[in-house]
Amino acid sequence: MTERRAALGLTPSQTVGPFYAYALTPRAYGGSELVNERVATDGVPGERITIRGHVLDGDGEPVPDAMIEIWQADADGRHNAGGNAGFTGFGRAETSPEGFFHFETVRPGSVQGPDGTKQAPHLAVSVFARGLLLRLVTRIYFSDDSANAADPVLALVPHERRETLIAQRGPDGVFHFDIRLQGEGETVFFDV
Amino acid sequence: MSLIYPRDGLKAHPLNASPAYASTLKRAPSQPLILLPHTLSEISGPAFGHSAVQAGDSDLTLRHEGEPLGERIIVTGRVLDEDGRPVPHTLIEIWQANAAGRYVHLRDQHPAPLDPNFTGAGRALTDAEGRYRFVTIKPGAYPWRNHHNAWRPAHIHFSLFGPSFLSRVITQMYFPGDPLFAYDPIFQSIPDAKARERLISRFDIDTTEPEWALGYQFDIVLRGRNATPLEEPHDD
Ligand SMILES: [Fe+2]
Repeated sequence: MTERRAALGLTPSQTVGPFYAYALTPRAYGGSELVNERVATDGVPGERITIRGHVLDGDGEPVPDAMIEIWQADADGRHNAGGNAGFTGFGRAETSPEGFFHFETVRPGSVQGPDGTKQAPHLAVSVFARGLLLRLVTRIYFSDDSANAADPVLALVPHERRETLIAQRGPDGVFHFDIRLQGEGETVFFDV
Repeated sequence: MSLIYPRDGLKAHPLNASPAYASTLKRAPSQPLILLPHTLSEISGPAFGHSAVQAGDSDLTLRHEGEPLGERIIVTGRVLDEDGRPVPHTLIEIWQANAAGRYVHLRDQHPAPLDPNFTGAGRALTDAEGRYRFVTIKPGAYPWRNHHNAWRPAHIHFSLFGPSFLSRVITQMYFPGDPLFAYDPIFQSIPDAKARERLISRFDIDTTEPEWALGYQFDIVLRGRNATPLEEPHDD
């Protein structure tokens, strides 16, 4: 074993603040968007899904200035696969004045987990907002997927809180996923 | 080259439960975080090609017909991993107030003038040595309503997406010697004084261009260490 040099200190996080939109989600300002809520264009293989939800604070009030990012595998469970034109797996959305966000994407395939396990299809999620000094990390799983029962990450979450990670499919086919930052029904957030 | 992401360095970050910053009170989670093992979903990340950035995106003074008011500055530095190796092809997005301390954001209520020649948003990709360079104007300090007579020290917001979901970070870059540091609960939310100092850019006379712009150096360290330090050839 070689002796590792001491690590350089990380650059600390600071809040995204309330005024990021004209740079990070600049559609309303006429700016060019690097990434937005449309994660897959029409030609991308896979089942098209829509995810909608609200971001709510500890009083249940909508959070109008949050930014949600998702990172996901493609329909075959591959991250960052070359040759999949129209799909980077990366999405970004700002919340509306009502705290609402949505994403249009393809349902991801299952991804390898720790120790040879298989993870149920999921999206990795970052939540940024005024009042959050460090992003919150969560996951979105899908209510109609039987693989959730054997997912090694869901298994780490106390049973009574697992539902907060599962987007519920409505009669219209849309998946609903609210992010509750604090208090009653608080979303599970991960230490990564 | 494969990276690992030890958690030791994470203590540099602020806690979300930082009550002196009032917006945290209803937004910081109250439940403990759940430790997530790093899977492919976390150690992978989006690749940003050169098409992500257009020529001129890194010069915030050239976006409009005229030149913005204020002190022209150059902000440059390197993006490194925890082993000090450069992180190339990393997306950096920045945004800031104008010289008067006013953002173009529609919800900014500060009664200071907008500058028709300044928007205050920029992008860059780091080069093969992890370097980036922006030209902009020095942002002004601005008041906010966190507490009586609350003012933010002048800062530029930085958003970076390194090679993986784990190396995603959003932060703020400050300027040396700002008298507002002691009064700013956002800056002070970082528990360790040494870590706070890493957010303060360094005035650099060699970066400064004669008769044109002051230069500031700001290096950024993202998560990630070499998984196999012995087998790696020296790549610098
Ligand atoms: Fe700011």
